[in-house]
Amino acid sequence: MAAAATAGSSPGSGPGDSPEGPEAEAPERRRKAHGMLKLYYGLSEGEAAGRPAGPDPLDPTDLNGAHFDPEVYLDKLRRECPLAQLMDSETDMVRQIRALDSDMQTLVYENYNKFISATDTIRKMKNDFRKMEDEMDRLATNMAVITDFSARISATLQDRHERITKLAGVHALLRKLQFLFELPSRLTKCVELGAYGQAVRYQGRAQAVLQQYQHLPSFRAIQDDCQVITARLAQQLRQRFREGGSGAPEQAECVELLLALGEPAEELCEEFLAHARGRLEEELRSLEAELGPSPPAPDVLEFTDHGGSGFVGGLCQVAAAYQELFAAQGPAGAEKLAAFTRELGSRYFALVERRLAQEQGGGDNSLLVRALDRFHRRLRAPGALLAAAGLTDAATEIVERVARERLGHHLQGLRAAFLGCLTDVRQALAAPRVAGKEGPGLAELLANVASSILSHIKASLAAVHLFTAKEVSFSNKPYFRGEFCSQGVREGLIVGFIRSMCQTAQSFCDSPGEKGGATPPALLLLLSRLCLDYETATISYILTLTDEQFLVQDQSPVTPVSTLCAEARETARRLLTHYVKVQGLVISQMLRKSVETRDWLSTLEPRNVRAVMKRVVEDTTAIDVQVGLLYEEGVRKAQSSDSSKRTFSVYSSSRQQGRYAPSYTPSAPMDTNLLSNIQKLFSERIDVFSPVEFNKVSVLTGIIKISLKTLLECVRLRTFGRFGLQQVQVDCHFLQLYLWRFVADEELVHLLLDEVVASAALRCPDPVPMEPSVVEVICERG
Amino acid sequence: MGSCLCPLRACWLEEGNLEEMHAARSGVSLESCALCLHKNENCLMGRKIHIIDFDDENNMINKKVLLHQAGEIWHISASPADRGVLATCYNRTSDSKVLTCAAVWRMPKELESGSHESPDDSSSTAQTLELLCHLDNTAHGNMACVVWEPMGDGKRIISLADNHILLWDLQESSSQAVLASSASLEGKGQLRFTSGRWSPHHNCTQVATASDTTLRGWDTRSMSQIYCIENAHGQLVRDLDFNPNKQYYLASCGDDCKVKFWDTRNVTEPVKTLEEHSHWVWNVRYNHSHDQLVLTGSSDSRVMLSNMVSISSEPFGHLVDDDDISDQEDHRSEEKSKEPLQDNVIATYEEHEDSVYAVDWSSADPWLFASLSYDGRLVINRVPRALKYHILL
Repeated sequence: MAAAATAGSSPGSGPGDSPEGPEAEAPERRRKAHGMLKLYYGLSEGEAAGRPAGPDPLDPTDLNGAHFDPEVYLDKLRRECPLAQLMDSETDMVRQIRALDSDMQTLVYENYNKFISATDTIRKMKNDFRKMEDEMDRLATNMAVITDFSARISATLQDRHERITKLAGVHALLRKLQFLFELPSRLTKCVELGAYGQAVRYQGRAQAVLQQYQHLPSFRAIQDDCQVITARLAQQLRQRFREGGSGAPEQAECVELLLALGEPAEELCEEFLAHARGRLEEELRSLEAELGPSPPAPDVLEFTDHGGSGFVGGLCQVAAAYQELFAAQGPAGAEKLAAFTRELGSRYFALVERRLAQEQGGGDNSLLVRALDRFHRRLRAPGALLAAAGLTDAATEIVERVARERLGHHLQGLRAAFLGCLTDVRQALAAPRVAGKEGPGLAELLANVASSILSHIKASLAAVHLFTAKEVSFSNKPYFRGEFCSQGVREGLIVGFIRSMCQTAQSFCDSPGEKGGATPPALLLLLSRLCLDYETATISYILTLTDEQFLVQDQSPVTPVSTLCAEARETARRLLTHYVKVQGLVISQMLRKSVETRDWLSTLEPRNVRAVMKRVVEDTTAIDVQVGLLYEEGVRKAQSSDSSKRTFSVYSSSRQQGRYAPSYTPSAPMDTNLLSNIQKLFSERIDVFSPVEFNKVSVLTGIIKISLKTLLECVRLRTFGRFGLQQVQVDCHFLQLYLWRFVADEELVHLLLDEVVASAALRCPDPVPMEPSVVEVICERG
Repeated sequence: MGSCLCPLRACWLEEGNLEEMHAARSGVSLESCALCLHKNENCLMGRKIHIIDFDDENNMINKKVLLHQAGEIWHISASPADRGVLATCYNRTSDSKVLTCAAVWRMPKELESGSHESPDDSSSTAQTLELLCHLDNTAHGNMACVVWEPMGDGKRIISLADNHILLWDLQESSSQAVLASSASLEGKGQLRFTSGRWSPHHNCTQVATASDTTLRGWDTRSMSQIYCIENAHGQLVRDLDFNPNKQYYLASCGDDCKVKFWDTRNVTEPVKTLEEHSHWVWNVRYNHSHDQLVLTGSSDSRVMLSNMVSISSEPFGHLVDDDDISDQEDHRSEEKSKEPLQDNVIATYEEHEDSVYAVDWSSADPWLFASLSYDGRLVINRVPRALKYHILL
């Protein structure tokens, strides 16, 4: 009824009639009903949210409140309202009451059918339940009857069941007895047929029973029979075992049966091993026969195959069988087997090593590696079976040894290849002189040598690389992963080879036969260039290649590239210096002979440049060409283009005159010295045999320095006539004309030649120098 | 100069390796300039023997000039017995032929006795040598060198002429030379002796000679060859010297820039080789008393002093008496630092501007030596003080 407040704005409207139609009031009323239900159940008027809070629910004057008190309400109305309002309230109230009545009526009408049907249903249910109860009672009685019957049947069958059980027991016993009685004959039959395994099984089954009932005579007899047969069986087995003709598996079977028959294990074990030994020794003998005194017919791969399948396979079987059979023997048995394996294994290894030693001479590396691989792989099985025998270790050791020897062999091979290259070069150098033709150029020879050595190195690397291939069984051993790569291949093979190459090259410098010129100078030059090339590129290339191919994991120290390069450079330098010395010596000897053998006092007025000087220039040119083939030009001191003329005038006019003049006047001898000393103060000391640089100019400078110094020293030991002096003048001018272009600093040539002429003048009792113009004319003509 | 009988002069005359020097007082050079005789044959000027006095105390040099008119001198050696007597090899030019002869000379008395003259006029008062006798070589060819018998009485001389080795006896107070015996070298090619030394050991019965690359030893009694070192050097052998204290050891040098030390009992291999010079080595000399000191002169203008302890007669490493320890405390530290420096070049002297052709030790003072180069410079040096003390103490 709270809706009243909402419907009509008039507060506290009494329960009057409701003139409006019930249709219009429907939603309103439904809500009212809800609200009342809620109120009844004590729920708060949550639904009324949004509406202004209603009058206090405890208000006794609230028509819709739970605590409505009609007296208080009426009282309040009468007190507060005027008459008109009371009348209104009354009518309102009446109207409302009427509306409520009609509502109630409608509700009842609407739900009447439902009440009726509900009542019907309840009544029907009552009937049904009564019927069910009867049926349940009947079921219970039936069940009781059944139980009764069942108990009766069980009671009647009890007796028979017991009898049947007893009969079945007797039957089984009888069958066992029959087996026992038949046993001897069966055993005999089995033995006759050779089904030893079956026999042993029967025997095993009967053994215990017979043992138990042996106090009964009949059983005793059976047992005796059985024992006799078993003894025979054992004998036969032994016989078969001893014959040994059959293979290892059969033997193992025999032993197994014998063991089952209770034969002493110790003895069997000995015998077993003895037999195995016999067989394996046979294998070894056949292997040894293959080795033979003559060159081995089968290749090494075949040999290891034979060894692997024959000996190692046999050994494997023996070991497996032994361990299976004599597992009960404990550590003593294992020890026995280990000793056995060790002994035979060592003999096998000895054979293999002999065979491998024959292979060391050369041969195919891949074949060898494959053979080793197979050898090693084969031994893994027995190695795993018998860790104590140390077969795997021994095998690995052998493989390592072979690998090491192989490396040594390859090093030798590389050295031999290098020497072979040198021999080839020597021949090539010697040949063209005979033919008078140029022949292959030095550069070409150098390229040939370099590429040949490089290809040899690569071949060797590839060959030894097989040892570390992934698929090879021993490649993951620590030796092959570490030491083999770093110490063996990198240090031993590559570094060793480069070192030995340098040493071989250096040995050409130390050859005592300096006069004989055992080494052709061109070879020295070529080797020097080769070493220099190695220093600049090849060494680092080879080492990088090696490091890449053999991923060096070893931490052991290795020779750094720089050290090797330094060695190679030093070698190159020594070789080149030696080349300069040798070539210088050749020219020196020529000059020296020419000075020493000539009679300088009685020589005629010079008309020509002496032939030997032309020869010197020719030789120098030839050397220049030769060096130019292999070495770069090098740096020259800048000089004026017409330098020969200039210096000539210098030494022929002013300096020469200045030096010669005082010698006529005995009163002033110091002037010459003064002049020469002053001149020398300003000139660098000439280091004759100085180390050379790696270029053509430096080499030629070295050679010319040596030659001219020799000329100087020789001239100082002779006495010259006037024409002798003039000849020296001519010769020196000629040399000056042609030699300056070869050297780094032409001033050097001028100095030395000046010195030669000055020395000759000092050694001349009648020093009248030739006119420079005449000298020039003669030189140009020559 | 004013000093009387200076030791160096005496030693040189006795030693017989007096180098001829031509004094030239120049204000430029710090050293007294000198010209080696045989490089200095300027016809008019040459043929002189310069005697240099070196006054050690005052560090002064005095020189005397002797004329040698017979020809330019190529080799000279002084008599071990009479310091006024010397022998020379010299060139004689006749009919545009050069022939090298040898002769024995006597110096004027006043020079011999070391009389004092004013140094200022020394150059003008050149005196002449007095000829004692010729060593007649007309049959043998050019004389290469003359050597006196060491420790002898100055009566025996060996001379080398082309391929002959000639032993002379000087008779009647050196006025006559008689050829006592001779031997000659046979072989293909033109064999010529270049140098020779008389061994001071074995009662002076051995002479060693150099020809081309070969060293030979001779017995002067039978004039037969006793040993031969083929290919002793790669090129020409220039000089050789005997170890004064070890009888079988000798040193040689040559055009291959090397100095080699030989044991004549085993001639296949040199005992030691030095390769320090960069051009021909012209001279090698053992110190007369401390044979570990070896002096070499080379045409690379350097003089080198080497300490060859390992092959010397000196015991390797010194034994110091306990008493001396306190005295030598200060030296011992020095000594120890020196110990690893054995067998090496002690000093390189580069004062010369041109090829050095002669070096020699003073025989009076074992720590003094002189070297002479082509440009006429004579340099007198001392062994470094530190080394001297090291050897002595």
